[in-house]
Amino acid sequence: MHAEAVAGIVDRVVSQYRRDPTCLLQILREVQEACDWIPPEAIDRMQLLLGVPRTKIEGVAGFYAFIYTEPRGKYRVLFSDNITDRMQGNRVLMERLCNSLWVERGKVSEDGLVSVGKTACTGMSDQGPGMLVNNYAISGLTAERIDEIAELIRSKVPLADWPPAFFKVEDNIRRADILLNADFKPGEALLAARARAPSDGLNSSNMRSWREGLPSGIGGPAATLDEIKRANLRGRGGAGFTTGLKWEACRNAPLKAGHQRIVVCNADEGEPGTFKDRVLLSKCPDLVFEGMTVAAYAIGATRGFVYLRGEYRYLLDHLNTVLSNRRRENLLGKDICGLPGADFDIEIHVGAGAYVCGEESALIESLEGKRGTPRNRPPFPVTNGYLDQPTIVNNVETFAAAALIALNGGEWYAGIGTKHSAGTKLLSVSGDCARPGIYEYPFGVSIRQVLEDCGATDTQAVQVSGPSGICVAADEFDRIIGFEDIPTAGAFTIFNQSRDMFEVARNYVHFFQHESCGFCTPCRVGTSLLKNLMDKLHKGAGSPYDFAEIEKLNTLLQSMSHCGLGHTACNPVLDTIAKFRPYYDKRMMQQDFTPAFDLDRALSAARQMTGRDDAGAHLATEHGGQS
Amino acid sequence: MSHTFTLDGKTIPFEDGQTIIQAAIAAGVFIPHLCYHPDFKPHGSCKLCTVKVNGRHTASCTMRAMAGMVVESETAELNAERRALTQMLFVEGNHFCPSCEQSGNCQLQATAYHLGMMSPHYDHFFPNRAVDASHPDVLLDFNRCILCSLCVRASRDVDGKNVFGLSGRGIGTHLIVNAKSGQLADTDFSLSDKAAQVCPVGVILKKRRGFAVPIGERTYDKAPISETANGN
Amino acid sequence: MKKKLKVATTSLAGCFGCHMSFLDIDERLFTLLEHIEFDRSPLTDIKTCSPDCDIGLIEGGLCNAENIHVLREFRKNCKILIAMGACAINGGLPAQRNHLPLTTILEEVYHTSPGLANGMIPNDPELPLPLNQVHPIHEVVKIDYFMPGCPPSADAIWKVLTDLLAGKEPELGHGLMHYD
Repeated sequence: MHAEAVAGIVDRVVSQYRRDPTCLLQILREVQEACDWIPPEAIDRMQLLLGVPRTKIEGVAGFYAFIYTEPRGKYRVLFSDNITDRMQGNRVLMERLCNSLWVERGKVSEDGLVSVGKTACTGMSDQGPGMLVNNYAISGLTAERIDEIAELIRSKVPLADWPPAFFKVEDNIRRADILLNADFKPGEALLAARARAPSDGLNSSNMRSWREGLPSGIGGPAATLDEIKRANLRGRGGAGFTTGLKWEACRNAPLKAGHQRIVVCNADEGEPGTFKDRVLLSKCPDLVFEGMTVAAYAIGATRGFVYLRGEYRYLLDHLNTVLSNRRRENLLGKDICGLPGADFDIEIHVGAGAYVCGEESALIESLEGKRGTPRNRPPFPVTNGYLDQPTIVNNVETFAAAALIALNGGEWYAGIGTKHSAGTKLLSVSGDCARPGIYEYPFGVSIRQVLEDCGATDTQAVQVSGPSGICVAADEFDRIIGFEDIPTAGAFTIFNQSRDMFEVARNYVHFFQHESCGFCTPCRVGTSLLKNLMDKLHKGAGSPYDFAEIEKLNTLLQSMSHCGLGHTACNPVLDTIAKFRPYYDKRMMQQDFTPAFDLDRALSAARQMTGRDDAGAHLATEHGGQS
Repeated sequence: MSHTFTLDGKTIPFEDGQTIIQAAIAAGVFIPHLCYHPDFKPHGSCKLCTVKVNGRHTASCTMRAMAGMVVESETAELNAERRALTQMLFVEGNHFCPSCEQSGNCQLQATAYHLGMMSPHYDHFFPNRAVDASHPDVLLDFNRCILCSLCVRASRDVDGKNVFGLSGRGIGTHLIVNAKSGQLADTDFSLSDKAAQVCPVGVILKKRRGFAVPIGERTYDKAPISETANGN
Repeated sequence: MKKKLKVATTSLAGCFGCHMSFLDIDERLFTLLEHIEFDRSPLTDIKTCSPDCDIGLIEGGLCNAENIHVLREFRKNCKILIAMGACAINGGLPAQRNHLPLTTILEEVYHTSPGLANGMIPNDPELPLPLNQVHPIHEVVKIDYFMPGCPPSADAIWKVLTDLLAGKEPELGHGLMHYD
C-alpha cells in the first residue's frame, strides 16, 4: 500500500474519532482493518494528527495481541486455543490448514497472503473449535470447513464475500430464567425507575441528580439506587462486589469542574470458557443498554462505554444499530424519556486481544487509549476512573439484572436465589457434556444439578469461573454456585475421566503467561518460569526439585503480584496439585535433579556444522543429582 | 492526632499524603526498591518495596501511610520474596556484572548484595536484545533493562520529550525510543536530560567515561545501598 | 586427628582466574591444608575424582560436551558442590555469545573471517562439541552453594571455605559479596 493511501486512511479514521488521542486504540484497530497492519507511515501520520509521541503509539500498538506493527498477511487466521478447543481437536485442524496453505504456524506465508497462529479462548467453547479470521469469529470448525477456508484464502476471496453461514454463532440457550425469559420492551425499565420517584418535585430533583448527585432518599435516582440495594445485587464479573455500594460511592464522589460521571459496561469477556456475555449481547442488547441507562440515572452519569472484547468484533455493527434505535426512541441522548437534564449516551470501544483489560482499572486505561496496565489502587475508579472522573465498571450481566430490578423492584429480585446471593446466574457450560450452552439458574444450584441438566456423565472435574476460578473434584459436586460457596463469573468447564488434569492446568498456565501485561516483576517473569516448569514436567523431564519450585513460584505470585491476574495465575496449578496429584506424580519419573534443557539437543547445531554423529557427539540426559 | 505508624516495631511519623516508603526514608529506614525514585510519580512495578501492612502484602511506594498501620519490612519472609524478585530480574535480562560499566554503581546489583543473593537461582532466559550506539554521547544497552520506567517518567515528566517508552507485553515488554528508526540518535535526547541520569542499572551509559572510577572504589563498594544516598 | 576433607576443583568454561584467586589466600593455604587435602584439581594434576570427595569447587560455565561430563563426574563424587565465580553462576563472559546462533559463530570463526584459506570446522571426534548456548552449572546439576565474583576475592573464598569447615551456612557480607 502506498504511503499516500495509508495517510488517507489514517486521516479518515482519525477525523472520525475527532482527533481524540484517547481513542488511539480504536484508531489503530480501524486503520488495521483497512491496511491489514499498522505500517510505520500510519504511525507517522497519527503522530502528526493526534499530537502524541511515537513512543506512545508504538507502546499501545505493541501491547495488544491483535494489533500488528509487522505485516501478518491479508488473511490473519487465529485458532482459539482454550482447553476446550484442544479437546475438540483444534490442533489437528490447525495443522491441516497450515499444510494446505503451505504456511508455518505463527509465520506469514512466503507470498505474504496469510498467517496462521493461535489465540486465547474466543468465547465459543460451546461450539468449538473456534477461530478468528481478521478478528471475525468462526465457530464449529470441521475438517471440511477448514478445507473450504483454505480454498477461499488461496483464491483471495474477500472476507466480506465468504459464505455468511461460516460466521453464524449459536446462542445455545438451554435453560432460561428471569433474565433470558424476560419479556422486556425497551424503555420499560427506565419508565419504571422514573415512576418510582416520590411525587414531590420529580423534575427538579432529577435535574439536580443528573448534574451533581443527591443525598440519599430523595427523588427517582435515589429511589432507583435503593431498589438496587434492596435487590442485594452483586457484581457478575466474578469479584461479587455489592453493586449498590459501588454505584452509591460513585454518585457521592465529588465532581471536579468540567467532569462528568461515567458508566462502563465490561464486555471484555476474556476468561477462558465463558461466553454468556456474548449471548446476552446478541440476544438482549436492549436489556444491557437499558441497565446502563438505569445506572446512569441512578448515579447521575452522562457518558457510557461498552468495552467489547476484540473477539466479539462481529457483534459491533448490530450493537451500534441497537444504540441508534435507542437514540431514535429517546432512550439515549438528551432528556431521555422526556426528563429534562436526563442526558446519557453510550459508545462502544472494541478491545484488541488483551485479557488483562477485563480488570476494571486496566479496562479504563485501555478506554483512554493506553496500554492496558492495571492501575495502582487506591484511588478506585468510583472516584478517579475514566479520565480521572467518577466511574462505575460493571459486567454485562450485572447491567441486565439492574434493568430487571428497575422494572420489577428490588424485593422481587432479592426473593430469587439464596440469602447471600440474590437473583440468577448465567453459566457458560462447555467441555464434556451432551448439551453445552447457556444455563440460567437461580443462585444456589449445585454443581451436580448442572452436570445432570447438561448431560455430563463420568465427570472427573469442573473448572468453575475459568482458570482464575476453582477446580472442583467429584467429591465436591454438592457444593453450590453462589457467593457463599463457589462464586463465578460464569465459566463452567467439564472434564470427564479421560482428561488429563495436568494438561488442563498446563493449558491455563500458558494462557496466563501469554496474557500477563508485563508491568510487575513477579507476574511478568514468574508466569514464564511457571510455564517453563510445567512444560518440563510435560516432557517427562521433571523431578521433585521442579515440583518444589512450582510451589514456591505459586506462593510468590500470590503474594507479590500487582493485580488479580498474577494472584490467580497459580490457581489451576494449586487446585490440580491438591486434588489430582497423581497426574503430577506420574510425570516426575526422575527422582533426582534434572537439567533445565535437553542436553543432547543442545549439541544439535554443532553436530549439523561438523557432520559428526559419533558417540561423543551426543549427551545422555541422565540425572545430574546426588546419587 | 497521632500521625504515626509502626514499621518493624519502630514508630514512624508521616505527613498527609506521604507513602509508606517516603515516610520510612524520611525517618532513615531503608526499604529495598528499584522503580521508586523520590523525584517521580511512583510506578509500583518492580515490587521490591513490598511490605506487609496489617498482614497484607502491598507495595510501599504506592500505599499511602495511615495512622496506626502496622507495617513489616525487614522480615525473613519478605526478604526471601524480594530476593526471588531480584533473581527474576537477573535471569530475565543479560546481566554480566564483570563487563558492565555500571558495576559497583548499579542499584540492582547493590540490592542483590543487600538481600544476600548468592546466585540467580532460576534458569536464564538469555534474551536476544540489542545495543544502540547510534547517539554521539550515549550508549543504550537494552540487555540490562529492568523495565523500571524511570527514564520514561524522567523524559516525559521532567524533560518534556517522551524519548523513552515501553512497548510489547508480558515477558516481551521492552524499552523503545521515540524515533521511526528506533535509534536514539534520531531522537532529541541529550546528555543533559534528566532521563540520562536516572537509570538504576547499566542501560543508559555516557560514552567516553568508561571506568573513570576503578572497580572496587564505586558507590556501593564503599557502603551498602541501605546506607547510601540512593538507598534513601 | 580429624580426617581431612577431600577437596576437588576444576575449571570448565572459565579463565582459571578463580583458581588464581584461590591461590591468593597465600599463607592461609597452610592452615587450610591442616583441614583438607586436594583431590582432582589443576593444583595436583590428578585427572579423576576419588569417589569420596567432600567438596567440589567448580569454576566456569558449560560451553561444550566435555564440560558437562566433567561437571557430572564432580556431582557424582562430591558431597558438596560449589559454583565458584561468575561464569559458573551465570555463564559469565562466554555466555555473551548466547544471543548469536552457534552456526553463525562457527561460520564466522572458521569460514569467513579474514585471513582464512580453505577454512573448515574441526570435526575430529577427539574434540568436544560446543553447546548451542553457554549455561550456568546450576541448570544441569544440583549446586549446593554459590560463591559470586569475577573472581571471588581470596577473602571471599576463604570465608566460604572456613564457614563450611566450621559447619556453618556460608555467608558473604558487604565487601566480600561481589558480582564483578
